[in-house]
Amino acid sequence: MIRALLLVLAMAFAAPVLAEGSMPPAPYAYRQLDDPAKEAKAHELMETLRCLQCQSQSIADSDVPIAGDMRHQIRTRIAAGEDPEAIRGWLIERYGDYVSYAPRVTSATWPLFAAPLILLALAGSLMRRRLKRGDEA
Amino acid sequence: MTEPGSTRSSPWMMWLPALIFVGFLGLVAYGLRNPAEREVRSALIGKPVPEFALPPAAEGQPGLSRADLVDGKVRLLNVFASWCVPCAVEAPQLARLKAEGVDVVGVAIRDRPEELAVFLARNGNPYSRIGADNLSKVQFALGSSGVPESFVIDGKGVIRYQHIGEIRAEQVPMILAKIAEAGQ
Repeated sequence: MIRALLLVLAMAFAAPVLAEGSMPPAPYAYRQLDDPAKEAKAHELMETLRCLQCQSQSIADSDVPIAGDMRHQIRTRIAAGEDPEAIRGWLIERYGDYVSYAPRVTSATWPLFAAPLILLALAGSLMRRRLKRGDEA
Repeated sequence: MTEPGSTRSSPWMMWLPALIFVGFLGLVAYGLRNPAEREVRSALIGKPVPEFALPPAAEGQPGLSRADLVDGKVRLLNVFASWCVPCAVEAPQLARLKAEGVDVVGVAIRDRPEELAVFLARNGNPYSRIGADNLSKVQFALGSSGVPESFVIDGKGVIRYQHIGEIRAEQVPMILAKIAEAGQ
């Protein structure tokens, strides 16, 4: 029993061996920028970028090294004065729209934006007709 | 008292919501049977390799930069790491590609030189150059989202093909065909 327990413990501590390399995280993976305004900008961007490995998380939420490296790159580029939307554009250029959580209006996505407006207009005209008929009765 | 609107609608209208619901069920069933592709493909296929320069990752072997990729020769750029298990699985295939005359260059992601040396000693070293990408900079620049990934790059430095995941034995002829195609 104790042996089994020790084995489980040993396995728990051996997990880092299976992790993605033994390199320490990138300098700015977990360190915030000294300038709070710039850090806020960086964080806002990081929350709307998809982690490439754990695809339902943002890179701000994920602890995988590739997300840490991306946070490092975003913080250093924002520290250098780059515009957050330019960085987003740079990433979309490489990975497609999927990498960004901020929806854009494109030839493929416009129905998503148009559908609610069309439905609203439809509901409005139906309602008006009903109300008018109610007046006549 | 009759409702004013009810006499105007035709009887099949009553079934419309049910039909729409069945349609949705069908859509869900289709979605469950055909899951979306989970891979994030690079959007840079057909575009030039971005500017980069990486220091050597392995002792006694040169690093890798964009300038090394634009000398007229088609190359296979392999993004890998010693800590990546499927990378060891694809090592024999890279050796076969090298034996077929393909120049294989490597980008090692977040790798320590001593661990990389062990990996190369164990699995063979098909690379003519290996660049050390310790902050995944070149990986992001290429639009690559994991390891291993391989890019066929033509003699002008244009990315022609991206292979996500390990190259399996049965895929070697396909990779060779892509390389031949890039050489035309």
